[in-house]
Amino acid sequence: MEHKRKLKIINDLGIHARSAARIVELAGRHTSRLYLKKDGHEEVEGDSILSILTLNCPKGTELGARAVGEDSLALLNELVKLFEDRFGEDR
Amino acid sequence: MRNNKNGTNVRLQGIAVSPGIIIGKARLIDRSKQKIIYQYIVNEKDLSGEVERFKNALQTTRDQIASVKNNLPDQLRQHAFILDAHLMILDDSMITDATIKSIVEEKINAEWAIKKSVQKISKIFNDIEDEYIKERFSDVENVVERILRNLSGKEQESLAVSDENVIIVAHNLSPADTTEMNTSKILGFITDIGGRTSHTAIIAQALEIPAVVGLETATSVINDGCLLIVDGYKGEVIINPDVNLISAFQQKQNYYEKYKSSILRLCYLPSETTDGHRVTLKANIEFVEEIAAAKDHGAEGIGLYRTEYLYLRSKGIPEEEELFNDYRQVAEIIHPESVTIRTLDIGGDKFLSNYQSSKEMNPALGLRAIRFCLKEQEVFRSQLRAILRASAFGHVQILLPMISGLQELIDFKKILAEVRTDLEKRKVEYDRDIRIGIMIEIPSAVTVADILAKHVDFFSIGTNDLIQYALAVDRVNEHVAFMYEPYHPAVIRMIMQTVKAARDAGIEVALCGEMAGDPMCAPILLGIGIDELSMNSGTIPLIKKVIRGVSRKEAIEDLNHILGLTTAQEVRSFIEKNADRFLPYIKEINSLQPSDK
Repeated sequence: MEHKRKLKIINDLGIHARSAARIVELAGRHTSRLYLKKDGHEEVEGDSILSILTLNCPKGTELGARAVGEDSLALLNELVKLFEDRFGEDR
Repeated sequence: MRNNKNGTNVRLQGIAVSPGIIIGKARLIDRSKQKIIYQYIVNEKDLSGEVERFKNALQTTRDQIASVKNNLPDQLRQHAFILDAHLMILDDSMITDATIKSIVEEKINAEWAIKKSVQKISKIFNDIEDEYIKERFSDVENVVERILRNLSGKEQESLAVSDENVIIVAHNLSPADTTEMNTSKILGFITDIGGRTSHTAIIAQALEIPAVVGLETATSVINDGCLLIVDGYKGEVIINPDVNLISAFQQKQNYYEKYKSSILRLCYLPSETTDGHRVTLKANIEFVEEIAAAKDHGAEGIGLYRTEYLYLRSKGIPEEEELFNDYRQVAEIIHPESVTIRTLDIGGDKFLSNYQSSKEMNPALGLRAIRFCLKEQEVFRSQLRAILRASAFGHVQILLPMISGLQELIDFKKILAEVRTDLEKRKVEYDRDIRIGIMIEIPSAVTVADILAKHVDFFSIGTNDLIQYALAVDRVNEHVAFMYEPYHPAVIRMIMQTVKAARDAGIEVALCGEMAGDPMCAPILLGIGIDELSMNSGTIPLIKKVIRGVSRKEAIEDLNHILGLTTAQEVRSFIEKNADRFLPYIKEINSLQPSDK
């Protein structure tokens, strides 16, 4: 099973060590594989903190997320929520 | 002095990032020992063993980091996520899979293979412009260092076991280093590299122990176990101090403790003299994060927000959006108080890579500050737009550095008017009554202060540069640095002339140089009638104590006496003689202070 979602980074700090760690942690909790894609970059694996960091995503960046596997829909729904919650940050 | 490992009273100057004075033994953390990486070809039949060896080292490393995380002291609990990030880096396919692949395909040893993986990662990080993300490469290095150490079977140099109180001396400290230390045994930190926002600084502040960073040569000149004095107020480290210096600093330590307790209580009382004259005390800051400390110390606003950091941080010019977010944050957090944003003051000792390729002979007199901005107008416009947009979210004022005469002000106003028209066309909100001020830091600006005063809303006297330009003294040049003299009658007269011009035009005058935070100078400035003093937030309580201890009447009388004196030395002795009257321990504290760098 494969599903896709569009994501937008709305927290002020963008994706930094802490938020990248939360994405990896989320991906690790699911059996499905997660892939993230930024325009102009190659798709990266959602369980690689270094790959996510090196995508260099400040506030406002749009990402395409793709998940493959049994629980791919659940994974993406949680991921969308994580982005919408600003990774738990205030602003 | 640089290679002197045995001399007494060897002084090193760095950046003070966490206040306090400590005297104690050095504990040298030398991480450079594990630098040589042996490279060899592995036999086909041994390859699986080599992979196994690598996997074992990974497991050991994993266990170590997890154990550090579980034993984290309470004050550092909020930094635990960094260790989670380290665990993820450890298990990242760019480290694990890539290394195993190299071992198997290229038939090389694990150490060499890791090195190759790291080089690849380093290349990717290097291409990133964002300075924050770039810095995260140090986390990768830290994790890899651990793996290498475990591969070699060497014990991790444990920071946890220490039976006596020590001062940690390191090239740099990673979050993992600081989190595994037995913090109750640590008196303070000193490091070769790092800045105000380094992990060392953040951790030291959290633990409330002194720290000095950016000492450059600390690990090469300090021996393990030698005695150190660390002055977290001045950013100074003294190696092998003699008995006299030790007792002097012990005294200084006592005085600081005493005055700290005596002044912190005053922090939220109004800064007014015994006869009811108010002087506004504000903070000079460079980072949003400093606002909390400014408020804690009783700052009534930000009198100087330096904006160079975002420009120096990355190679390129920052986007207007990034500037706007930063300025807006400051405006919002300090609200209802105001923030005075100084426009780009780059050049001179600082450096903007894209624009100033040729080295200037005389950077202090060269293309910098407003001159640079009027030349590179797009850079300037972008900053002005960001400031104006931020002004909709709080109380913002603009401060222009290095104004030498009216022409620059006229040129600036033309640009500002254009920026405003543009914003209005696009219906972007901003404060239409935004106040514009100028730094008075060039002697010519003092001379024509009466002309300038008619065109601005306030002055801010920048004494550091003003003294340097007026007395033609380079403070960094050790042969003439002693001539840098705030008490020089010329300096006092120039400040007076500036204040008079401001009074005649009915505008306010602030002072934001080091003189503002010098308790010995406070009574003079009070006598002259400066409306606002802006300084590092740590000194606000002290200056407030001085102001609350004197009357304006006395200050004016003292000033009149000082105006009759003819040399800086006479002024200094008069003030020192009087100091007991307005601040009991201040003379002792000051007499111990080395001159500012």
